Amino acid sequence: MERLKPAATPPHTGAERTFDLAKGSVRELNQFLHHELLDSGVKHIDVLNPKGAHSIAVGIDHPVDIDVRGHGGYYLGGMNKFANITVHGNVGWGVAENMMSGTVRVNGFASESAGATGHGGLLIIEGDASLRCGISMKGIDIVVGGRVGNFSAFMAQAGNLVVCGDAGDALGDSLYEATLYVRGRIKSLGADAHVEDMTDADCSKVGDLLKRAGFSYDPTEFKRVASKRSLYHWNADAGQEY
Amino acid sequence: MCGIVGLLIKNPGMREQLGELMTPMLIEMAARGPESAGMAVYTQQLPENERKYSVYAPEWDYHWAQFEGEFVKRFGTDAQLAVKGNHAILTCDEPAKSVKPWVKQSFPGLHVLAAGRAMDIYKDAGHPADIAKRYDFPKLVGTHLVGHTRMATESAVTPDRAHPFTAGEDFSLVHNGTISNPFMIRRKLEHHGIEFETDNDTEAATRFLEWRMREGDNLEEALQKGFEELDGFYTFLIGTRDKLALVRDAFACKPAVVAETDDYVAIASEFRSLAHLPGVNNAKLFEPMPEELCVWSV
Repeated sequence: MERLKPAATPPHTGAERTFDLAKGSVRELNQFLHHELLDSGVKHIDVLNPKGAHSIAVGIDHPVDIDVRGHGGYYLGGMNKFANITVHGNVGWGVAENMMSGTVRVNGFASESAGATGHGGLLIIEGDASLRCGISMKGIDIVVGGRVGNFSAFMAQAGNLVVCGDAGDALGDSLYEATLYVRGRIKSLGADAHVEDMTDADCSKVGDLLKRAGFSYDPTEFKRVASKRSLYHWNADAGQEY
Repeated sequence: MCGIVGLLIKNPGMREQLGELMTPMLIEMAARGPESAGMAVYTQQLPENERKYSVYAPEWDYHWAQFEGEFVKRFGTDAQLAVKGNHAILTCDEPAKSVKPWVKQSFPGLHVLAAGRAMDIYKDAGHPADIAKRYDFPKLVGTHLVGHTRMATESAVTPDRAHPFTAGEDFSLVHNGTISNPFMIRRKLEHHGIEFETDNDTEAATRFLEWRMREGDNLEEALQKGFEELDGFYTFLIGTRDKLALVRDAFACKPAVVAETDDYVAIASEFRSLAHLPGVNNAKLFEPMPEELCVWSV
């Protein structure tokens, strides 16, 4: 599958800081981000030896660029506001969960529930994302370079999920007003999700998200998946077979 | 929550390091299961006519010499006993069908944890780091192993309910998750004369899969039947004499990460357990898909 690497990150200006998690703890990193970042003038942080630790760089509330040099654990970049976080490796469950704004980029693959409940910002996964990617998303944009696993965008309420590869079973089950765009094969759609025609506005939106994510696919290759809205209101006449 | 770890050494030169590489994996997973832990390690196989039994005693300073003496008296055969506190590995040429009932009757306080030609089991209640130290896990040598750290949901925290569970010969299983229909499975197997030793859900899964294999299924076929009959959430890691198998339920509710290099296959619930392994940054890293069969041979 064609995957173009994004342009190199622009050189950082301003103060730099390095946290080596082989020597210090994730708590020290996060306490700096929560309580000292704003006054420190630090604009760029390198996180070394993450070794799959959980909750790296969660709850940031200020603009800062962060490079995580290795594989992250669960909830990396969770609740992020304003920060641009790049992971040079894979991540565990719940990357960028409940993100508000900013960017989280994962060079490798992401485990389950990537971008879960995210309200805003952009999550880019250059490799594959596992099951339940974008579950209950509420406004976040997610671009996945590879495939997404089963039950992705389950009960997704707002925002866009762009999948450059294939999608697994039950895509967009019980979907609300989020829109899903899939370039590859959709194994199956979930309840109340269906494929709709791509409009010019869709092509323009997908083109913009792909560009920001660093992919050069043609937006017209994507299918649009949205809610049929047939589950929005209770239908007492429907055959109640479960 | 529970933690699973597994390691299969491909490079015969590294088999001496099996325990040394695995121990930090197990201890890192203590965060997922701090109450009890266990390890099934597959060593060099005994000859066809010999068997070894992992036996658990209720106290650390158990009078194993008396047990050995009575065994020799009863069976009139040579026996070797390798003791590590409350665990002993008994090696002899008597089959399980005579040894197990004799132990149960003559030494009701003892519990036969495992039988076979290749597998040794160590398991106990306590923090995984303490258990690793208690049984010298860093010194374990062999081809492959499966290990577990337990945070109990389905039955009490006792040594016999710690994982791995075993059934038959050289078959071990560790489980992260919950089986919803263990008593249905159990009732079905009891009709076939299969006896249970605990009320634990994982024991039902272990005995079901091992029963399928005794009925003629190979490991892959047995696991396929498991997908149909075992209801619930699970990541299973299974050891046999010459294989290691990893499967996740249809919803992949419980995690598993695999790192494979030319030297080894390492499996854990989370990557942080694998981060110390040599060459892991260049390993093939992946997570099994729901109901994907991952099987590796020694």
